[in-house]
Amino acid sequence: MISCAVLGIGVFGPGLLDWPAARKVLSGSTAYVRTDSIVPPSELLPAAERRRATPSTRIALTAAQQALTHAKLDATTLPAVFGSSSGNPDIIHDICAMLAAGDYQISPTKFHNSVHNAASGYYSIAVASHRAVTSLCAFDGTAPAALLEAAVQALADQTPVLMVCYDLPYPFPLSAARPTIDAWALALALAPENFASAVAHLTLLDGAADADNGVADTALIDPTLDAVRIGNPTARLLPLLAALARPQPGEVVLRQGSGRALRVRTAVC
Amino acid sequence: MTFPAVAISAYTATTALGPGREALFEALRTRRSGLQQYESRCDFALDGHSPSLKTWIGEVPQLRSVTLPEQWARYDCRNNRLAWLGLQQDQFIAKAREAVERYGADRVAVIVGTSTSGIGQAEQAYGARDARGRLPASFDYAATLNNFSAPSLVAQAVGATGPTFAISTACSSSAKVFAAAARLMRAGWIDAAVVGGVDSLCLTTLCGFASLELLSNAPCRPFDRARSGISIGEGAGFALLEASADAPLYLLGAGESSDAHHMSTPHPAGLGARLAMRGALDAAGLAPQAVDYINLHGTATRSNDPAEGRAVTDVFGATATSSTKGWFGHLLGAAGIVESIVALLALERGLLPGTLNTADVDPECPNTVLLANETRDIDVALSNSFGFGGSNCSVIFGREPVNPRRLNRTLS
Repeated sequence: MISCAVLGIGVFGPGLLDWPAARKVLSGSTAYVRTDSIVPPSELLPAAERRRATPSTRIALTAAQQALTHAKLDATTLPAVFGSSSGNPDIIHDICAMLAAGDYQISPTKFHNSVHNAASGYYSIAVASHRAVTSLCAFDGTAPAALLEAAVQALADQTPVLMVCYDLPYPFPLSAARPTIDAWALALALAPENFASAVAHLTLLDGAADADNGVADTALIDPTLDAVRIGNPTARLLPLLAALARPQPGEVVLRQGSGRALRVRTAVC
Repeated sequence: MTFPAVAISAYTATTALGPGREALFEALRTRRSGLQQYESRCDFALDGHSPSLKTWIGEVPQLRSVTLPEQWARYDCRNNRLAWLGLQQDQFIAKAREAVERYGADRVAVIVGTSTSGIGQAEQAYGARDARGRLPASFDYAATLNNFSAPSLVAQAVGATGPTFAISTACSSSAKVFAAAARLMRAGWIDAAVVGGVDSLCLTTLCGFASLELLSNAPCRPFDRARSGISIGEGAGFALLEASADAPLYLLGAGESSDAHHMSTPHPAGLGARLAMRGALDAAGLAPQAVDYINLHGTATRSNDPAEGRAVTDVFGATATSSTKGWFGHLLGAAGIVESIVALLALERGLLPGTLNTADVDPECPNTVLLANETRDIDVALSNSFGFGGSNCSVIFGREPVNPRRLNRTLS
């Protein structure tokens, strides 16, 4: 069991463009209206990098900036953990299509944008942070893996840590092999448990999988939003945000890559 | 962080030099390189065509005869064949399963570094699209292309159900696995971890590095005045880490940093590299003088080697250093683990490999580059891994959980 404080929250997805808007929907006071996916230009990036950055990078940095602003943190002082199942899906598609067509001239920008840590690399350049930045993947268990890694790092290094998750759909034909609903990014600024200015506290516990049924993930009440939760690896953290949108203590169950449950207890300050 | 000394109770590496650590050690000892000239009719070419490139590669020829067990057949792709071949060596699976038995499946994590996972499978699938542009039905995304495929296969093979994930930070991926595992141990979340890395040859990386003009047309010559770029290789490596156990070797510290400079070019003064090495020393509680040998990232690009050399000299002065990429090439996401294993072999057997293929050290690289092999007992070794996105990681290993010189330093 480990505990940590939440200092700030960022979220960007169709219909939920920031934490104040998401909070109203996730607490049940406003209905969810699904819109087309939008990928904003990130204000964190310098103009030259803005053009070269992929949609994955731009949406990840949008959520990151929201959480940093909410937490009033100086990004140069904190490590960051990025999580994504798909990384840069449009770039992977482009490269595979080019190679299949016998076109081997992958541009340098396309190649460096193909790495899974492109978003975290652009982030460290954008905020001029020399701290540790990592990038991890656990398929549908990516978001809980990033949450655990960020909480563990906050505890180990006794420092605030930024967690950023993002997942976008693949273009056809990979979209048929890996259907993904909408483009989502979500960020949490975490800190050691006793940190001042916490907006909530989390307690993470390891939980067994049910022998017969596996892990029963916590669902969202709104059926449209719950379909998004199942259909986008980053949106699998929305039940945690729903718990943080309510004043009462809560507990959510998130399925990890290993098949075990990650139980997260929430207490809003 | 206060870094717990972590026991390393098993380790193995598979590269172009052959499966298992004895093949690696013998090649290091006898200075036999595994690099070969790339031919466009290679095993990982696309059906009927591949680029014509003048470069050298570190290919694992044994992959041709590797078959995954029936229950994991869906994981079949070059990268997972390499992971599977690597796991079979040095009784690694048996030792990992013993740890799972001893601590409980949920108390053992599996953290694997990879840069491109099974992208070769996607390259092939795109080449086999049907008239409507659809991928073949046999293409299994989750078990091949997704970065989680190798850690998922490894976790099932050893029976672990603790935190299981891939770290994908390009060429620092499988160095950072040590830092992540040590953190989970310190938090009390796990008792043991299987850490590793696997990356296999594919056209994406060959063509990508070719377009960056970073491929050497001869076997790579790290730190040589005439160096002209990298030789790409493929490899797999694994280590079994235990929080409380006696072992002949220990993980003493790790340091991670970001260049915050450029996506594909290192900071010219090696700023991030210095921060990573200093971070590892701080984590280990060691003075720079305690480090006897450094296995460099040493890619043999024009920009990496002088930046790393300046950073090493700034932090350590005249410590013995070498790059071993002349033996097996740049293993990208597997570089961190395999070069950590070179450092572990140096500690265990007293072999400090010189820098293969290098004759005339570039005066722009002020570090003390070993050219010939040296044989002497050492206590502490460090391994550097730096990647795209300015992602850096340095890892320190030792023969004692607490370095004797660290105790002396505390007493004096």
